[in-house]
Amino acid sequence: MATDTQLDLWEVFIQSKSGLPYIHAGSIHASDVKMAMQNARDIYTRRGEGTSIWVVPSKHISASNPDDNDMLFDPSNDKVYRHPTFYVMPEGAKNI
Amino acid sequence: MHNEHSDAHFQLRIDNGEHIEPKDYMPEGYRKHLIRQISQHAHSEVIGMQPEGNWITRAPSLRSKQILLAKIQDEGGHGLYLYSAAETLGVSRSELIEQLQSGKAKYSSIFNYPALNWADIGAIGWLVDGAAIVNQVSLQRTSYGPYSRGMVRICKEESFHQRQGYEIMAKMMKGTKEQQDMAQDAMNRWWWPALMMFGPHDTDSPHSSDAVKWKIKRETNDELRQKFIDKTIPQAELIGLKVPDNNIQLDEKTGHYTISEINWDEFYRVISGHGPCNKQRLDHHIKYHEEGAWVREAAEAYKQKHLKKELETA
Ligand SMILES: [Fe+2]
Ligand SMILES: [Fe+2]
Repeated sequence: MATDTQLDLWEVFIQSKSGLPYIHAGSIHASDVKMAMQNARDIYTRRGEGTSIWVVPSKHISASNPDDNDMLFDPSNDKVYRHPTFYVMPEGAKNI
Repeated sequence: MHNEHSDAHFQLRIDNGEHIEPKDYMPEGYRKHLIRQISQHAHSEVIGMQPEGNWITRAPSLRSKQILLAKIQDEGGHGLYLYSAAETLGVSRSELIEQLQSGKAKYSSIFNYPALNWADIGAIGWLVDGAAIVNQVSLQRTSYGPYSRGMVRICKEESFHQRQGYEIMAKMMKGTKEQQDMAQDAMNRWWWPALMMFGPHDTDSPHSSDAVKWKIKRETNDELRQKFIDKTIPQAELIGLKVPDNNIQLDEKTGHYTISEINWDEFYRVISGHGPCNKQRLDHHIKYHEEGAWVREAAEAYKQKHLKKELETA
C-alpha cells in the first residue's frame, strides 16, 4: 500500500485588518510553506476575513500545561502596587 | 486542593459553563463521543458535496453554476474545519478517512439520496442546509472549544446556502406548471429525510443523555426538529409548496406545528447502508482518494528534496 501521508499540520493566524492582532483561525494540512499559505488562503479567507495570514508548523508551537495554571496565571492579588489605584495622589491633582 | 484530573471536577467546569480545550482533562467517554460526533459531521460535509457536485455541469445558467460551485467549496471547507477540530482530540486525519471508507464511521443519511433534477438542488439548499443550520446554530454553544469555534465559522457561511436553495424553489414556483410540479416533487422527496436528519426521538436516542450532561449537545433531537418544522412550514406555504403530510396542524396555544409520525424504518434502513446511494457515495470517495495519492506523494517528495537542499547549503 502506498504511504498515505496526510502531509504536515499547520496553524493559521489571520489579521482581519491592519493594526489589529493576529488571531488563530484553525489549522490546515500542507507539505511546505507555499502550500500552507495557499491552503490557508483558500480555507479561511474566502469572504474578506483578513488582510494578512501567518502559517506556523504546529509542531513548533509550545502550549502551556493547564496543570500549571494556578502558578502561571495567579492574579497576584498580593501585589496591589501593580495597579494605579494603589497610589495616593495629592489633593487637587488633575489629569493623572 | 481538589483533583483537577477527576470526572467530578470536569463536570463542575461544564456546569459552570466553561469550555474544554484540547490539553484539559476530560473523561475518556467525552473524548470518544466528540471524536465520533465531530468526525461524522466532517464526513457529512465532504460526502454532501457529491449530490450537488453532480449538477455543476448542468446548472441552468452561469449565475447558478457560480453559486453552486461556491456553495460546494464552502462544504469542503466545513469538512476541513471539522477534521481539524477532531484532530485536536488526538486522532489522525488518516484514521478518520480510513474509518469513513471502511464504513466504520457514519455520515448523515440524507446524502444517500440522489439529486435527480435541478429542483433537488433547490430542495437540498433550502431543506437540508436549513436543517443543518438549526443543528449547527445550537452547536455553537457546545462545550468543546475547537468544535464550538468551528461551528461559529460554519454558521457564518451557511445562511447563503439556505437562501440560494429557497430562491431556486421560489423561482420555480413562479414558473410554468411543469416547473412547479418539479419543485413540489422535490419537496415531497426531501421533506421527510430532512426531518430525519435530527436523529431518532429523544426517547430512542442511545447517546443523547451523556451528550446533554456534558453539554456537547445543547438541545435535544426533538427540540431541534421542532424548531426546523416551525420555521419551514410557513416558508413552504409562502411560495405555494404543499408539505407532504396531511396531518399538519398549528397548535395556536404553543405556536408549534404537529406532524405525522416519522417513518423510522426507512431511517434505519438507510443508516444501515440500504439507501439509494450508499455504495455509490463511498465508492466515489475511495476512487478519488486513491487517484489523488500520487499528488500527496509528489508533495511529500518535493518537501524532502528541499529539506535536503537546505541541509546541504546550511
Ligand atoms: Fe456545511
Ligand atoms: Fe451548507
